Amino acid sequence: MREVIDYIQSYLSSDQTPGAAGNWFWATVYVLLVFVGLSIAVIAMNWLERKILAHMQVRLGPMRVGPHGLLQPIADALKLLLKEDIMPAEADAVVFWIAPFIVVLAAFTVFVVVPFGPTHAITDMNIGILFMLGVSSLSVLGIVTAGWASNSHYPLIGALRSSAQMVSYEVAMGLAVVSVIVMTSLNAEGTGTLSMIGIVQAQQAQHTWFVFKFFPLGLVGFFIFAVAMVAETNRAPFDLPEAESELTAGFHTEYSGFRWSLFFLAEYSAMIAVSSIAVTLWLGGWLRPFPDALSGPTWDLVFSLFPGITFLLLGAMCFYNAARMPKHPLFRIQTIGLAGFGAVLALIGLVLFAPPVRDRVGDIFWFAAKVAAFMYLYIWYRGTFPRYRFDQLMKVGWKILLPTGLVLLILTAGAGFLEEPVKEWLKRVL
Amino acid sequence: MTDPNTLSPLDLETPDKTFLDANELVINMGPQHPATHGVLRVILRLDGEKVLGLECVIGYLHRGVEKIAENRTYTMFNPYVDRMDYVAAVSNGLGYCEAVEKLLSVEAPPRAQYVRVILTELNRIASHQLWLGTHALDIGAITPLFYTFRDREEILKIFEKYCGARLTTHAFRIGGLQYETYDGFEKEVKNFVSFVKPKIDEYEELLTTNRIWLERTKKVGVISGKDCIALGVTGPVLRASGVKWDIRKAQPYANYKNFDFEIPTGVNGDTYDRYLVRMAEMRQSLRIIEQAVEGIPEGPIMAKVPKVIKPPVGEVYHSIEAPKGELGYFIVSDGSTQPYRVRVRPPSFVNLQALDVMCRGQLVADVIAVIGTLDIVLGEVDR
Repeated sequence: MREVIDYIQSYLSSDQTPGAAGNWFWATVYVLLVFVGLSIAVIAMNWLERKILAHMQVRLGPMRVGPHGLLQPIADALKLLLKEDIMPAEADAVVFWIAPFIVVLAAFTVFVVVPFGPTHAITDMNIGILFMLGVSSLSVLGIVTAGWASNSHYPLIGALRSSAQMVSYEVAMGLAVVSVIVMTSLNAEGTGTLSMIGIVQAQQAQHTWFVFKFFPLGLVGFFIFAVAMVAETNRAPFDLPEAESELTAGFHTEYSGFRWSLFFLAEYSAMIAVSSIAVTLWLGGWLRPFPDALSGPTWDLVFSLFPGITFLLLGAMCFYNAARMPKHPLFRIQTIGLAGFGAVLALIGLVLFAPPVRDRVGDIFWFAAKVAAFMYLYIWYRGTFPRYRFDQLMKVGWKILLPTGLVLLILTAGAGFLEEPVKEWLKRVL
Repeated sequence: MTDPNTLSPLDLETPDKTFLDANELVINMGPQHPATHGVLRVILRLDGEKVLGLECVIGYLHRGVEKIAENRTYTMFNPYVDRMDYVAAVSNGLGYCEAVEKLLSVEAPPRAQYVRVILTELNRIASHQLWLGTHALDIGAITPLFYTFRDREEILKIFEKYCGARLTTHAFRIGGLQYETYDGFEKEVKNFVSFVKPKIDEYEELLTTNRIWLERTKKVGVISGKDCIALGVTGPVLRASGVKWDIRKAQPYANYKNFDFEIPTGVNGDTYDRYLVRMAEMRQSLRIIEQAVEGIPEGPIMAKVPKVIKPPVGEVYHSIEAPKGELGYFIVSDGSTQPYRVRVRPPSFVNLQALDVMCRGQLVADVIAVIGTLDIVLGEVDR
């Protein structure tokens, strides 16, 4: 017993991820935490997307199920689970059955290496970013099989579009990623890294987020990635595979109920996954903003209060809206529910102020906040842009992003190579 | 122009068929499809994503409106015309009422004519708003739909206050109007005009210079003015191809000759030009409404029309510029209380035949854009 407790506690003082420390117990806990967190994030994202989109479109969005529609995602999930599971008679049953699982597996497995903090990752692989790109591109396999197994025209076209799109945008995406890896090799130690944690630490060591590195080269790389990642996740304005006005629902036209919800789950977790790649590679991962300009223990303290303050504000928002609820007896339960939800959020906020918690969640908070910003962008795009046509999509990918990526890579390498000599030379000249 | 006899996509004996064409895909789009605006069925023949040809299958919404007319009196048939182009019911009613009036050789009094113009132009704006919302939705921009529907609501409110119905209004009667305008009608219309002007700019802000919108609409579904005329295409589609033909100017009816407005035309005849033409038309309609509200005269609203309408033996064709194009009514009277034959020339039905010409060689996604830009209403196509 004693040994077990020691084994569990031994990790808490280490400065490694549980995977790297070889601690099975904590690795399992982290896997569960990530899985639960991701599911909650998908549920929240579902609600937020509908709400934010609705407010952009002068409507209210879900308002009936729970206060301000807060229980809508749960109601939807229940509905999907209880729905009849239809499989077309002509479909290839086994492949049809497997396809959504491939997609979901690919989308979830990626999170094994996502660094929520220096020690807050399931594991730290030395080929982390390769692993992420590789596994996330496996989902295309699931989409193609889904389209093919449905044995129907619309899904087939949707699947073909999807595979072409994902494969071509992966090239541009890869080039942008390589330019970041080149940047990591300019560490003080002079070694490049593919590890996700290593990439963030390189940004820390170089005192800059890579989006600002070699201005504007980092920004261009970030832009390429930001465009490619929207295409990669089949979201508006690149949502051709599921362009509902043309292909009804694209590759998942024939799917219903639980199987369909798996695609939904996969799409949203893939969005979170690519956003976390972008955050890790360009926006300093878990690092808080202005680590250099606003440094020192005072600023550290101020920034460490942010998570608690955010939750308190969310709680206050709930209370405010609870106070604004109609004073009709029918709304009583909703009002109480909203106030209760606010109380829970505020309580979490208070807990986050406690010093030991504060120190451990700060990095997770900043990481999540940056990812959330990307999620908002996704919703914003969807509310603003029309959909690209297939040939235009390919044109953007191959004729604009890919050449830009190549040039960027060369320039970044050149800038990295010349940085030191030019500095030396400038020193001598001035 | 392509010879209509070769248009069948199911015709497998295409002479230039090579082994490369072996992968042709015949896809059935509709009648239950989110982007066919009702129950249009399109059979597409595809080479990959490229459209080799298409065929429209219509009739899913056929209600035999023209046949119904033969068994109803002239007055009783009046509400039925609202059910054809239900998006622009007021225009339908205007066309029918004026056709019967022509047959009876009566003319609606000036006040009635002014109110008719106001309501018809309001309806044109409502119809264009609905078109814009759904067209943008088809191309993937979901937000304009809600903006346009929000503002269309204001028009429907005016209709509702005037005649009690929002969609199938039955606003006009043969010989004029049944109802005097309600108190504050002019003020409300004026308010609406000043309300909707900035809103139209708002729609344009979202789309007109949007890069993706430009790429999706420019050079898509191009049709020349000559082809338009050959196919009988009218309305904004014809005008976007550079033909300045608007029945309000060419063969003035109601009292359109008293109003100062322009006919917006396009140059390239592509989807983008059609979009611009319709946006400009909404502004022109506002101009007409402003003038009509200013100049609305006092006086009777009903001409002297017998209780039982029994037009003399004869026939009449009267066409008006509906939001979608030329809406014509051909009425044959045998001297009884019921028309011998009513033939409707619906703009949507005629415009729809241009679909194949406009879609050839384009991609699947463009078919959707072109269906949207033709602005068809299946109720009118099938009648």
